[in-house]
Amino acid sequence: MNKEELKLRLEELSPPASFEEGAEWTTAIVDPAGWEGFARHLRSDAGLEFDYLFCVTAVDWRTYMTMVYHLTSTIHRHIMVVKVKLDRDRPEIPTVSHIWRTAEFHEREAFDLFGVVFSEHPDLRRLFMTDEWKGWPLRKDYEDPVNMIKL
Amino acid sequence: MDVVPQNIADKPFPGEVHPTAGGGILVTKLDEVINWARSNSLWPLVFGTSCCAIEMMSTAAAKYDWSRFGFEVARATPRQADVIIIAGTIVNKMAPVLKRLYDQMADPKYVIAMGACATSGGPFFYNTYSVVKGADHVIPVDVYVAGCPPRPEALLHALIALQKKIRGGVS
Amino acid sequence: MIQEVGTTEQGELVINLGPQHPSTHGVLHLVITLSGETIKKVEPHLGYIHRSIEKMCESLSYRQFIYVTSRMDYLSSHINNHGCALCVEKGMQIEVPARAKVIRVLMDELTRLASHQLWWGAMAMDVGALTPFFHAFREREAINDIMEETCGARLTMNYMVPGGVMADLHPDFPKKVKEFIRFFRTKIDEYDELVTGNVIFKSRMEGIGYLSAESAVSFGCTGPTARGSGVSCDIRKLYPYEVYGQLQFEEVTATGGDCFARYMVRMQEMRQSLSIIEQLIDNIPEGEFQAKTKAVLKLPKGEFYSRVETARGEFGVYIISEGGTTPYRIKFRSPGFSNLSALDHMARGYKIGDLVAIMGTLDLVIPDIDR
Repeated sequence: MNKEELKLRLEELSPPASFEEGAEWTTAIVDPAGWEGFARHLRSDAGLEFDYLFCVTAVDWRTYMTMVYHLTSTIHRHIMVVKVKLDRDRPEIPTVSHIWRTAEFHEREAFDLFGVVFSEHPDLRRLFMTDEWKGWPLRKDYEDPVNMIKL
Repeated sequence: MDVVPQNIADKPFPGEVHPTAGGGILVTKLDEVINWARSNSLWPLVFGTSCCAIEMMSTAAAKYDWSRFGFEVARATPRQADVIIIAGTIVNKMAPVLKRLYDQMADPKYVIAMGACATSGGPFFYNTYSVVKGADHVIPVDVYVAGCPPRPEALLHALIALQKKIRGGVS
Repeated sequence: MIQEVGTTEQGELVINLGPQHPSTHGVLHLVITLSGETIKKVEPHLGYIHRSIEKMCESLSYRQFIYVTSRMDYLSSHINNHGCALCVEKGMQIEVPARAKVIRVLMDELTRLASHQLWWGAMAMDVGALTPFFHAFREREAINDIMEETCGARLTMNYMVPGGVMADLHPDFPKKVKEFIRFFRTKIDEYDELVTGNVIFKSRMEGIGYLSAESAVSFGCTGPTARGSGVSCDIRKLYPYEVYGQLQFEEVTATGGDCFARYMVRMQEMRQSLSIIEQLIDNIPEGEFQAKTKAVLKLPKGEFYSRVETARGEFGVYIISEGGTTPYRIKFRSPGFSNLSALDHMARGYKIGDLVAIMGTLDLVIPDIDR
């Protein structure tokens, strides 16, 4: 399906999603509470069948945070992007690791570097940093005078 | 009597006699033979963290063979290795592992810091929170090799320099 | 849920396949739960080479950050750089001249060959055959010499720039590459004679580490790991970039799903790369090797994603820009990260020797995973 058909099809899904204009691929914006239900539809509805989650990114926009999920379908070969806006002080979002198994590691990485908590994740702990590390390194306000030498 | 490396710059007169390790001619000759034997059969430890490890493997392979110089067997266990070639970046999580490996090696042991990352942090010096800026923050280093990654010839030069250092009795 | 090394209540043994190990291809720490000699669970611990590249790139300019990716997956360094350059060009709408496109694809395919050669040597060494390691490095030196004449370096060639390549090809390049193709075609057949048909090798690889197509897609596996299970995911065929759309080559897939299928996929990919190089080496167009760009690049506000096919799978570069001279957020989607997450699934029920064979066919490069 191309961008317009995909957008029409996605507008029928519930929970409702808003769309971002002007991006290369169809971009849907979803609430954190409705993300898990939306993801199930994306995965199993006929005609959509987004079975390949290829990129999970967390972005810190200083006043809020976003999770960006890039999805594609190996059957229909269409690509879409889902963005979920999170509160910066308590970033929580349901996990999708039971839908796409690749999300287990990607969500652990987002937790480790940004502090985003994924509810009901089977094994949420730090991935790259040591378990005793304090702070969320990739946030914009991360200060580390001991280790970081600024140019 | 302790062996103290004499810094020649302290002594203004080149002809002055420098006191060396005691024991007379027999022990010094024996020392020389032992140092020569040690330097010609240093066995490296298989330790490569990132890109420099590939150039280290190239040095071990057929074109720039390092076993001509005595580095015949690369041992996987530190208990049987003489020299550890730190090929790659050392990060905060890896530093205790490196220290433990160094402690497990038996004396006499030597360290070569290969590449810019092991020397000083390399390209990852600024704005990184997890890189140890130089392997010599963790263990004492004998020879530093510059390059990112250094050519196999540069690593061979470092190995020969280490051999000279051992024969000279300083290490 | 952190497994401590020791013995669990069920009498299972928990051991470390530690960060320093000859078979882990870098610093990968695996905590393996064994019942007797059979693997019950494999848990990778990462972070022993986490160099905070994504944070560092937020303070590097758009011309500088490209070369840090050479150090991530250092065996496909050209291809990683290519992905970054494509993303910046997409953002700034730069048109790359035809000569530069062909040069980039030639360098990519040579890098892919070099990476598969090293993979073959290291894989054979892991399952016990030491001689192929030396054969592989001898062939790799030929490619390194070709790269060194043109790009100046053997391993981390900082050659791609947004808009083209940094310098023109050495005049000897076509001659040397043709000689290399002629030399290497005989060598691939020698590789098959030496290793592929060997009874011991086959019994160590066939039937080991089965990965079904649905699992491969669910775990996000890409590259030869997924193609060995029948999933068609070659970015050069699905979303062609540069001149791949006009070339004649096949996407190699296999249906076995086991280690031997992944092995054969990579061997056939080497042959396909040779045929791509042959098609291009006589038809390098004349012209500019670099498009004219400003000295300081500023991407417009927005997000850009570009994907290339490295020797390990799909490498994605996702740049979020706020309009300045440095990126706001860069995310590198590395192929090894997803391939590694399938290791636990693939290794359960096998022995430790099989685990080594499985890791060999996954072709992991740990700095690529840890970034």
